[in-house]
Amino acid sequence: MSDKMRRSVDPAAEEMMAKAGECDIGTAFDRHEKQGKRCGFGEQGLCCRICEMGPCRITAKNPVGICGAKASTVVARHLIRQVAAGAAAHSDHGHDIAHTLKITAKGEAEGYEIKSVERLHEVAGEWGIDTAGKSVEDIAVELSGKALDQFGQQEGEIHLPEVRAPKATVDNWRKHGLLPVGIEHDIVETLHRTHEGVDADYKNLLMHGFRTSMGDGWAGSMIATDLGDILFGEPQPVRSQANLGVMKEDHVNIVVHGHEPTLSEMVVAASRDEEILKLAAEKGAKGIIVGGICCTANEILMRQGAPVVGNFLHQELAIATGAVDLMLVDVQCIMPAVVEHAARFHTKVVTTSKKAKIRGAEHIQFDEAKALSIAKNIVKKAVENFPNRNVVSIPDHVTDLVAGFTVKNTFHHLGGKFRASFRPLNDGIITGRLRGVAAVIGCNTVKKTQDEGHLNMVKELLRNDVLVVMTGCGATACAKAGLMQPEAAKEYAGEGLQEICETVGLPPVLHLGSCVDNSRILVALCEMSREGGLGDKLSDLPIAGAAPEAMCEKAIVIGFYCVASGAFVNFSPKMRISGSEEVEKFLTEDIEEITGGKFCFEEDAVEGARRMIDHMDVKRAALKLKPMMYAQQYKPVS
Amino acid sequence: MSKIIASAAIRGAHEMVKRAEADLAKAIEAKGKDCKVEYPDTAYFLPIMLMLLGQKVQTLGDLEESMQEAKKLLGPVPADDLWFPYLGHTLDAGAATLIAEETIEVLKYVNNPSPYDGIWLGFTGDAILRLQGIKLVDGRMPGFAAIVGSTNTNEEAVELVRGLQERSILVFMAGNSNGKAIAEQLEEEKIEMNWDTFLVPYGKEITSAVHALNFAARSAMTFGGVEPGDMKAAREILEYNKERVFAFVLALGGDSSAPEDQVITDEKYATAAGAINFGFPVISDVGIPEILPTGICTYEHVVANVPIGEIINRSVEVRGLTIKIEKVPIPVSFGAGFEGERVRKEDMHVQFGGKYTDAFELVKMLPTEDIEDGKIEVVGPEVADMAEGEAYPLGVVIKVGGREFQEDFETVVERRVHEYISCANGIFHMGQRSIIWLRISKDAHAKGFQIKDFGEILVAKIHNDFSAIIDRVQVTLITDPEAVKAPLKEAKEKYSFRDDRIGGMRDEDVEEFYSCMLCQSYAPDHVCIVTPERLGLCGAYTWLDCKASHQIDEHGPNGPVLKGECIDPLKGQWKGVNDFVEMKTNGNLTKFNAYSLMEEPMTSCGCFECIAAIVPEANGVMIVDRDFPGMTPVGMKFSTLAGQVGGGLQTPGFTGVGKMYISSPKFIVGDGGIDRLVWMPSTLKEEVADRLKVQLAKQGKEDLFDKIATEQDADSPDALLEYLEKVGHPALTMEAMF
Repeated sequence: MSDKMRRSVDPAAEEMMAKAGECDIGTAFDRHEKQGKRCGFGEQGLCCRICEMGPCRITAKNPVGICGAKASTVVARHLIRQVAAGAAAHSDHGHDIAHTLKITAKGEAEGYEIKSVERLHEVAGEWGIDTAGKSVEDIAVELSGKALDQFGQQEGEIHLPEVRAPKATVDNWRKHGLLPVGIEHDIVETLHRTHEGVDADYKNLLMHGFRTSMGDGWAGSMIATDLGDILFGEPQPVRSQANLGVMKEDHVNIVVHGHEPTLSEMVVAASRDEEILKLAAEKGAKGIIVGGICCTANEILMRQGAPVVGNFLHQELAIATGAVDLMLVDVQCIMPAVVEHAARFHTKVVTTSKKAKIRGAEHIQFDEAKALSIAKNIVKKAVENFPNRNVVSIPDHVTDLVAGFTVKNTFHHLGGKFRASFRPLNDGIITGRLRGVAAVIGCNTVKKTQDEGHLNMVKELLRNDVLVVMTGCGATACAKAGLMQPEAAKEYAGEGLQEICETVGLPPVLHLGSCVDNSRILVALCEMSREGGLGDKLSDLPIAGAAPEAMCEKAIVIGFYCVASGAFVNFSPKMRISGSEEVEKFLTEDIEEITGGKFCFEEDAVEGARRMIDHMDVKRAALKLKPMMYAQQYKPVS
Repeated sequence: MSKIIASAAIRGAHEMVKRAEADLAKAIEAKGKDCKVEYPDTAYFLPIMLMLLGQKVQTLGDLEESMQEAKKLLGPVPADDLWFPYLGHTLDAGAATLIAEETIEVLKYVNNPSPYDGIWLGFTGDAILRLQGIKLVDGRMPGFAAIVGSTNTNEEAVELVRGLQERSILVFMAGNSNGKAIAEQLEEEKIEMNWDTFLVPYGKEITSAVHALNFAARSAMTFGGVEPGDMKAAREILEYNKERVFAFVLALGGDSSAPEDQVITDEKYATAAGAINFGFPVISDVGIPEILPTGICTYEHVVANVPIGEIINRSVEVRGLTIKIEKVPIPVSFGAGFEGERVRKEDMHVQFGGKYTDAFELVKMLPTEDIEDGKIEVVGPEVADMAEGEAYPLGVVIKVGGREFQEDFETVVERRVHEYISCANGIFHMGQRSIIWLRISKDAHAKGFQIKDFGEILVAKIHNDFSAIIDRVQVTLITDPEAVKAPLKEAKEKYSFRDDRIGGMRDEDVEEFYSCMLCQSYAPDHVCIVTPERLGLCGAYTWLDCKASHQIDEHGPNGPVLKGECIDPLKGQWKGVNDFVEMKTNGNLTKFNAYSLMEEPMTSCGCFECIAAIVPEANGVMIVDRDFPGMTPVGMKFSTLAGQVGGGLQTPGFTGVGKMYISSPKFIVGDGGIDRLVWMPSTLKEEVADRLKVQLAKQGKEDLFDKIATEQDADSPDALLEYLEKVGHPALTMEAMF
């Protein structure tokens, strides 16, 4: 290809890609090029694969499928199936955490303990559990039971929206039937509705997509975050480092890749075990590094300060360093290609979930009841593999970062013990020092230059006085670029945002954790609303979200529940919907009438940031907030 | 930059806590853990610990627990690079500092009941808090300034506090700058400093600044009715201060002992962080870093480099104070800060009235056409013609008129004359009617103050405060001994006419009472119902005052309350009043009895003149006023009792009352009336004697007066009972109170 797109803006990635090229290792970037132009019908969402009479392709000449389904029906059906898949992924994660909490409380899990009793009491209170006189264990069993019930619930509505969201927003959700009955109930219903010959009304389908997504954001993911904080401890600000350079040549390097914290927490614990450290020393290693990729990285970063090896597109590059003694994977975003690459080095790949096996990898089934023993066993394998290394080449790129922000600790950061509050944040917005808050989240994708979308968008937001919160691989992108250092405010933030960061001591970009921790963002919005002065609905807030390098179905469901919650969301690359103008119009215009939120599909990250800014300005005007206090870089046309 | 402040404050807090621990260890070594520790005259233990920790500190051992809590609040000093958020830790460091300072300060009282001397006053007792509190409540005092440090010159110091006094801002002073305290500068300039002049020097050490904050903490517990005890209460108290107590810190001058890159010391920053927890911003004349974003305070948190000449205006802006500065065209400063100022004999130029000459004040209504607005006439010699040190007569005749004015309002205006004239710097005024006593100081004389300036003050102030009902004001000032005689006679006739008329006004005679919600800015759940026979519990507002106030501003704090159907004439309960009270207290109260303290009594804001309380053993009621510091027969001092009654709570058996109510025919008639009164402090008894004796005579109970015990007869229930039995007090044989 003559006009080859730059693959990554991360110098560590570029260095490793060059090395991979030399070793003739094909990465996702290469396979992307080999795939060439994607199937037009698939990309537009016009290939219907629902029934066995098809597949049908919708064209101008053939505007309906065999059953008579129009483009809008076909596009909507497939889209909400993706929503359901994303919701299933997050919720299964939440389910596992709830299950682990339960067996921990019953004393049936090895190595775990309830780390935050305070958070347990707070959350139990929100679930209406009478905690007086009860033991921590009893409360935890009761809470995890109630949480687990949410997954299979068959009547009523999920519990947390009413408890946490502003009343006007809850009323609106109820009015439009947007609160799901239960987490799995509505995922199942999605599969039913999209089965051959059921729901053909694109609006009805899309509305169910929004309903299903709510079961992720306000239930599955929220439970994962809340119960994770109870079980593994509430994150506190923590210093760490990111990028491939966190691995050390003279250390045993274990990369944990995937999403759930249950096993990785134990691996971190095992890596600090005296006996194993002794073994490592015997093998000639100075220590053991456990670093993460994807959201597992974010989970152990937030709570343990573990270093981040990289984001999604780093998984193959990490192996190419030759320095990974063992890569342990659980679920989601794991490229089967890692096994093939690992075979060319000494690296062992260990799969641990019955839900995610890869041929060629060693499988060690994870079991919470024997968690610590299993983790020790795996770490030992890594240590024993250390002497088998061949050529090692770790790029010398590593960046400091500060992470570990939660809604609860933000209260303390903004007001201390006695005046804990969101007031300074709201005041910042009301007085025009801050324009608003943006959540930039999501993945890497080979369809875009790695990290570039995140960085360009975030920088544009920062210079226009927008405070940015991040999770997932987007967060890692910005951490690698130094945006999560408090010092970055001076370099990147507009004058108003600088003043706020300086007053509080915050970095301009706050790391809120993994992608299930997007639920923290929803709770933060509720707290902003509750603090007052910014309207009575979530959709009144001058906020916006974006996934500038979206790659997976989880990103789609996150976009859906944010829009359902009243947010403006710029999603790029666009979902597979361009085959239906009706669907696109519903998602980008009509839905705003219903939820107050909407999608935007601006491809350019800087322009995307500006659309987010425009939206915040519209909300600011509606709230009659003061004009921005300082001169702004971007001046909207309107 | 905020990080510099954060680092300094957190370092300062660590140091202050260390120092408090050392002081405490020394005290415990000398006195043991069980040694009692307390501030004088307060029911709030150590107010900072009570507020923040819900802890009732009584012994040195308790203080050890306080210090443990303070240590938990000490976070890390921000790192040079990759720092963690520090605002929260800074505020916590401020809280820890206040706990440490409260400890250091109270330990001074362990060895010495009055550790402060000279100009320094130290801890403020509850009695003063309540007395001054009403001024913060009704807006006479817009707020307070806590000055830490000193100015470059003494002249600047005088100018600054004069400016604050002119705006009626209460001034607390603590700490010093390079060994000099502003209070010392004022002392050198012979400025009178005490609670009456709104200038309160706490101490020379920065730790004494905690007295300003424990004053603020108590104001929320007293007037806001916030019950301390837990984190929620601590937060409410701090937020109450942010929303309702308009205070700010003036950090004046640098410290040569400060670390190299700082202008002021770590301890000052740490104390300031404590003040910011209360929502009190810091304004400085030196180049400390600023914290401009808002949130913990209403507006900016720290504003620096403000020239001393502009610092008051900037502070008013930063704290969001509402200030009305009245410009009265006289040659001396004017403001509520001068109201309590005295002029001693050696400082006096001339005087009027008192026991020396005839003097009186009279406000009288005339048809407007008979009044020449703004005219001030002096009949007799002016000051220039008077001999220094002599006394002269003074008649003050104020003619007022206006379409809405009623004769009943004459007394309302007349009662304000004292306040108006007292507010002039260097002028002393006491009493009312024909028992006034005035002095013009040498200082005021030197500045050119004349007799006609009394007129200037009255014309300006009456127009300003009563513009809704008074269109014209004319003042005649008579200093001629002959010319004063006839108007004095006329005035005396007028006084006795009024007494007959107003003294004879009955609750039954009116259709409407008046509400007073002046204090709702401080005590949101409290509302006063003022009737002709029961004035406001602060003693400052009668039914006529409220009526006039309503006339002046119909959306103001006083509004008519239709009595409606009478539910219980004896206890004083009306349907209209009940409905009103329910609405205005947000449903907190549903019933209200005007003449009972046993059943649904009136609530109190906290600024009551007196408290009436049941003495169960005596089957009667005692009354104690806020000036009486001693023990009462119910085993509680005024300050302790006040803690139970304030904040809009209905507490059967206790109620706040104004002194005038004691001689009202309706005095707790629902509970048996005046026969229940068994005890009063002797000073109070003396003060109400004239009126009470008249009232008792009307009821044919002349002998009761002497049967009412005072602290000289009894200060415990047993002694009281013995006394009452001895004199045959009627309460003993009355129906049981409950």
